[in-house]
Amino acid sequence: MLILSSLLLFILTTHSEALTPAAARDEFQEELVIRPLHSGDIYASFQFRTLWDTDFLQEGQKVSHYRLFPKSLGQVLSKFSVRELHISFTQGFWRTMQWGQPFIPSPPGAELWVWFHDTVSDVDGNWKELTNVLSGIFCASLNFIDLTNTVQPSASFKPLGLGNATDHRFLRYATLPREIVCTENLTPWKKLLPCGSKAGLAVLMKSEKLFHSSFHSQAVHIRPICQDEQCSSKAWELRQTLNVVFDLHTSGQGKKEWSLFKMFSRTLTEACPLASSSKVYVDITDNPELFELSPATPLLGQAVVLGDRRTYSVYDLSRAETFGQLRSFNLLLRDMLRPLLHAERYVAGFGLQTGEIHTVIYNNHPYRAFPVLLMDSVPWYLQLYIHTLTVTSKSRDNKPSYIHYQPAKDRHRPHLLEMLIQLPPHSMTEVTVQFERALLKWTEYTPDPNHGFYVGSSVVSALVPSMVAMRTNFTQDQPLFSSFVPVKEESSYFVRVYTEPLLVNLPTPDFSMPYNVICLTCTVVAVGYGSFYNLLTRTFQVDEPSPPLSKRLANLIRRMRGVPLLT
Amino acid sequence: MAAPLTLLLIVAVTIRAVLFRSSLAELISARVEVVSPLNAWKRVVEGLALLDLGVSPYSGDVFHEVTDGITALALYLSIQTYNKDVFRKQKYALESDRYSADCLELLRSPKEMFYIPLKVAMFYLLNPFTILSCVAKSTCGLNNAIIALFIFCTLKGSALLSGILLALATYQSIYPLTLFAPALLFFLQRLYIPVNLRRSSFWFFTLQYAFMYVGSLVVITGLSFFLLGSWDFIPSVYGFIFSVPDLTPNIGLFWYFFAEMFEHFRLFFSCVFQINVFFYTIPLSIKLKEHPVFLIFMQIAIISIFKSYPTVGDVALYMAFLPAWSHLYRFLRNIFLVSCVLLACSALFPVLWHLWIYAGSANSNFYYAITLLFNFGQILLVADYFYAYLRREHHLTHGLYLKKKDGTEATLVLK
Repeated sequence: MLILSSLLLFILTTHSEALTPAAARDEFQEELVIRPLHSGDIYASFQFRTLWDTDFLQEGQKVSHYRLFPKSLGQVLSKFSVRELHISFTQGFWRTMQWGQPFIPSPPGAELWVWFHDTVSDVDGNWKELTNVLSGIFCASLNFIDLTNTVQPSASFKPLGLGNATDHRFLRYATLPREIVCTENLTPWKKLLPCGSKAGLAVLMKSEKLFHSSFHSQAVHIRPICQDEQCSSKAWELRQTLNVVFDLHTSGQGKKEWSLFKMFSRTLTEACPLASSSKVYVDITDNPELFELSPATPLLGQAVVLGDRRTYSVYDLSRAETFGQLRSFNLLLRDMLRPLLHAERYVAGFGLQTGEIHTVIYNNHPYRAFPVLLMDSVPWYLQLYIHTLTVTSKSRDNKPSYIHYQPAKDRHRPHLLEMLIQLPPHSMTEVTVQFERALLKWTEYTPDPNHGFYVGSSVVSALVPSMVAMRTNFTQDQPLFSSFVPVKEESSYFVRVYTEPLLVNLPTPDFSMPYNVICLTCTVVAVGYGSFYNLLTRTFQVDEPSPPLSKRLANLIRRMRGVPLLT
Repeated sequence: MAAPLTLLLIVAVTIRAVLFRSSLAELISARVEVVSPLNAWKRVVEGLALLDLGVSPYSGDVFHEVTDGITALALYLSIQTYNKDVFRKQKYALESDRYSADCLELLRSPKEMFYIPLKVAMFYLLNPFTILSCVAKSTCGLNNAIIALFIFCTLKGSALLSGILLALATYQSIYPLTLFAPALLFFLQRLYIPVNLRRSSFWFFTLQYAFMYVGSLVVITGLSFFLLGSWDFIPSVYGFIFSVPDLTPNIGLFWYFFAEMFEHFRLFFSCVFQINVFFYTIPLSIKLKEHPVFLIFMQIAIISIFKSYPTVGDVALYMAFLPAWSHLYRFLRNIFLVSCVLLACSALFPVLWHLWIYAGSANSNFYYAITLLFNFGQILLVADYFYAYLRREHHLTHGLYLKKKDGTEATLVLK
């Protein structure tokens, strides 16, 4: 009995695969392509592809078990018998002359074109309902698509996926150029992804950075494709794409230095666990010398895209070592144009009483250290405190080998500070000194006192090691631009770098008040003088009230008469 | 009396130590009411750093607590001596029938005077102005200590030490020069030399004391010259005090005045303001020649109101004397108004400073107005105490309950 039941169980389990219908295989891939553009902008293109071995359009079999494929789209496809669906929302216009060709083109506004299955009888009715349903899914006002803005192109929009029906009666195309894209459209779009916006590449999609760009386009493309060369099995492919171009000046602060954090204000921490492949591609074809990529990767890929063979550096996010020790992947693209020596200066602090001058000197030479001479001339009304002078390189104290300081004399001469600082290779050196702001006499202010006072540039002079040996002998036929500074030695050249001038606000008195101030102060002094004068020159006496007028007149007459006075 | 004084000293040192360790120390040492360009510790440190670049500056908070303690002790002992003096003089006056019959309630008793020295020390040590000065590491504490020691030596009768300390005080800031007159008057009174310009004994002692004072001053100045190697320090210190080149806002009247003045009148007004400090000396000395200690108080008060860079530490020094005149309370006329004005101004100084410099929503006029009011309050305070003192003297000689000719109660006026 026991043996029989166990045998039955064994037979049943081995044949369980034959009894239940085959579970459809689905697969998810995500990828990000970053391409620095010639104008200094940067183009990022996300693509999320879900492949599903199922048939929505098969009669009788209703698909109910959704895993990676979003259920809302699957239901739309089966209800309206859609063969191909392409919808895109774009903000901005793609500037081909400046940026080249995009991977996925799209017009500004919203664009929707759909191929219906040839079993559909009322295409217009399906189209109307489809637009309404899509407008609900994407929170966009696609319900404005109606017969007045729909066309049936006869030749332009052939199916991009499988399909041999070329009857353009089943094609509908509409655009809404006025449609605006915003966070309300991005959020449902992100929800269609298997990992949502919680893991994988979709964590980078934060609306505050994405919509602060020159061009933003998000699209959904659904089509049936062949799984293999012979096209023995078909699958549905859902591609969600997001293209964004970040402007050099708006997002990049004018610096050709891009990183994932700068573009998206996020870094990648993990790949989507549901993805079979998760990769980041960086286009390095154009200028391998002009920018450097970090972290470095040995993986390289080549692809022919838009008629051009391009080389890509590939980062595989499914490998743990891509994320490094900090478990965070922040891709950095930096312009290789790094001058060996440059300096910046700024004022720190708040309020009108004190402040701090920071001078930052960068030595970008990879392995050579060299000394620089820093000269600072600060006007007398910013009283420097030399005992607060600090020089730090790589967050360690760096004592200058020579300091010449001439303190200022009020209204006679300014401060002069000269220092010889040794700059370690590939480092940033910061020189800070505190100062106090003085209140000046009202005639010493400029006509526009609230504009502030200018402090002249600091001068950094140095002999920078040269990569190229230079000729020290005098030749007549040198071009003018190379013969300004005399060359004393072969291995280094003299360079002088000027920092920014500073604009410092000083506390101002009220310029309309000189007469009032003199009057008020002298009044207080006079009150003091008056009180002391009274107390010093007068004595205490008993106060006898003065007699009334009548008595005084009577006394006057009596005095004239020579008669004794009244009391 | 040693035990309460020790307890007071311990409490005072604790308060200062706590404040030094707290984060308020940085904030307080930057306040313009407490430090001026003349006595800021930051400037001392800067000077040291300039002398030897690279030497770490001396932090020295213990040093400042000690100077405060010295001042308090010196004041305590001075007032004790003074009280004994007062009581003795009162006894002589009573015996010689110089007081009128009905002024018994104005006489001072030892019982009433017992706690006055402790109160004086307390008024100095626990005064928030002194604490702020100490925590800000201002050199004002040192100035006050020297002046307090000078008062102590004067009251003890040592002319030489008093001359030396006065020279030291004058060397630091030139205004204590005016304290020469009250010290001289005190010594003359103590040695029973009448203050009469025709008597040779007067001139003899005056010249002696002046010689000691001027001599010490010359020695100290000469020492500075030899240490520094040049006479540069004279124009930079005393020239700085007299010509007021630095217009950093403080609690005095000068800074805004000189900021807003026409260049044409600068010399004239500098002279007027500086003369204003010195010229009350002679009239006050004539009026108060019998009362040199009160004259010292008045002189110190006038110096701290009208000097070119006053700070709250200077104010604290003359306020410490107020308990010594607590018997004058019944004759004070404006004390409520004055205390309200001074309290309100002390509270408003930091507020309006912040609004001007940091918030940017007020301007310099606001701070200037409070300066004016603060000095006005101080002037009223000093004038009030002067009035009360003179009135008490008047009552002692003429009787407390005065009557008019027709027998009704009289009022006293200054005529």
